[in-house]
Amino acid sequence: MHDLLRVTWAVAAKDVLLEFRSRTAFVSALVFTALVLAIFNFARDPTAVSARDLAPGILWITFTFAGMLGLNRAFALERENRALDGLLLSPASRTAVYLGKVLANLAFVGAVEAVALPLFALFFNVPVLPVLGPLVLVIALATLGFVAVGTLMSSMAVNTRLAELMLPVLLLPFLVPPVTSAVQMTAQLFAGRPFSEALGWLRLLVGYDVIFVAACILFFESTIEE
Amino acid sequence: MTPVESAERALRRAVPWIATSLALIAAVYVRALAFTPAEAAQGPAQKIFYVHVPSAWVAFLAFGIVGGVSLAYLLRKDPRLDLLAESAAEVGMVFTSVVLVTGPIWGKPIWGTWWTWDARLTLTLFLWFVVLAYLVLRGAVNEPERRARYAAVLGILGALLVPFIYASVYLFRTIHPMPVILRAGGPTLPGAMLATLLFSIAVFTLFFGVLLYYRYSLARLADARADAAAERRDA
Repeated sequence: MHDLLRVTWAVAAKDVLLEFRSRTAFVSALVFTALVLAIFNFARDPTAVSARDLAPGILWITFTFAGMLGLNRAFALERENRALDGLLLSPASRTAVYLGKVLANLAFVGAVEAVALPLFALFFNVPVLPVLGPLVLVIALATLGFVAVGTLMSSMAVNTRLAELMLPVLLLPFLVPPVTSAVQMTAQLFAGRPFSEALGWLRLLVGYDVIFVAACILFFESTIEE
Repeated sequence: MTPVESAERALRRAVPWIATSLALIAAVYVRALAFTPAEAAQGPAQKIFYVHVPSAWVAFLAFGIVGGVSLAYLLRKDPRLDLLAESAAEVGMVFTSVVLVTGPIWGKPIWGTWWTWDARLTLTLFLWFVVLAYLVLRGAVNEPERRARYAAVLGILGALLVPFIYASVYLFRTIHPMPVILRAGGPTLPGAMLATLLFSIAVFTLFFGVLLYYRYSLARLADARADAAAERRDA
């Protein structure tokens, strides 16, 4: 158990360090996010639809697309110079490799979200601060589910002929439960409803996280064995 | 007998069954149109029910088979299981498309709209997308062993996804007609309609089984021919 955590940490640290040194993917994801948020401003008639009605959907579409950029990168990185072979030849367990990848992707997507959220509050004039606690919980749970499934799909997608295009085709149907629950809960939070009203969605989201994190750990091995 | 010949024979065995199923489907429609009373509120539009509901049942059955067989593949690594999963996905795709086409044809006169984001419509649409992704993924991987593994993982995760999509779309309101057979308190459908529906479900299930067998035999034949060609090259 201790070993698993140590190796997981080492794999994650390697990816985070690589990203920290180049920062190209992170900076492009941030620019992309800011652009999407700015462009959404033109997708509505400001006199007819209030920004607050659209805000939850905009927030989650932005997060989804930004996350997809990060996930595509996760295994493309390993493909160069066949780095994945080196990783698999090392005594690291497959579970540790998967969890390390998930952790690194969570750090990446989480960092993008941390910058995007204040920007979103600024652009759409949404009172984020009063509901910050529950909102962060919702974002964390939805991001976990989406990154767990996305990491697995990305490990398959890089080895197909369509690569970058394949990931959204595989992943988007799997985002229906986490993103729907996140949008619904976010909307209730912004509308000032008590969090207890969102319990049905919260249960769905937690159930999704538990089932899919477990299933992805179990089946990751089947996607990388050679 | 060479493997190619036995595969060809297996394929030919399906032909009379395909003819039988098609004749039975014709019989379902004779019964539905001529010998089953019209529904009082919906009139003739309701007749599409005898295609729509059995197709939906078969689509979900096919999806269950893809999930189950995929799991069996990962445990056994038998390439025949992979061919079976592929066949079930492809045939299931056809029936899911039938559901998605017949639904709006009925929805336009009855609901007044071709499409609505109702729970079951959304679920079926995403089921269709998952099967499509499954088939696209298969097409995008050349190496057979890897293709089988990837497809199996997606097949299993897809089967796990269905209840979650169902739950998430069900938390929205639904206007889809409620179940009329499998419900607490027994069927509410009048006897003649129920008999036609059950007949139709049985026929569609048979038709699905025959198509699945045919598609699977075809895949086996393609493999046998590829092997034979490889042997000739080597000789």
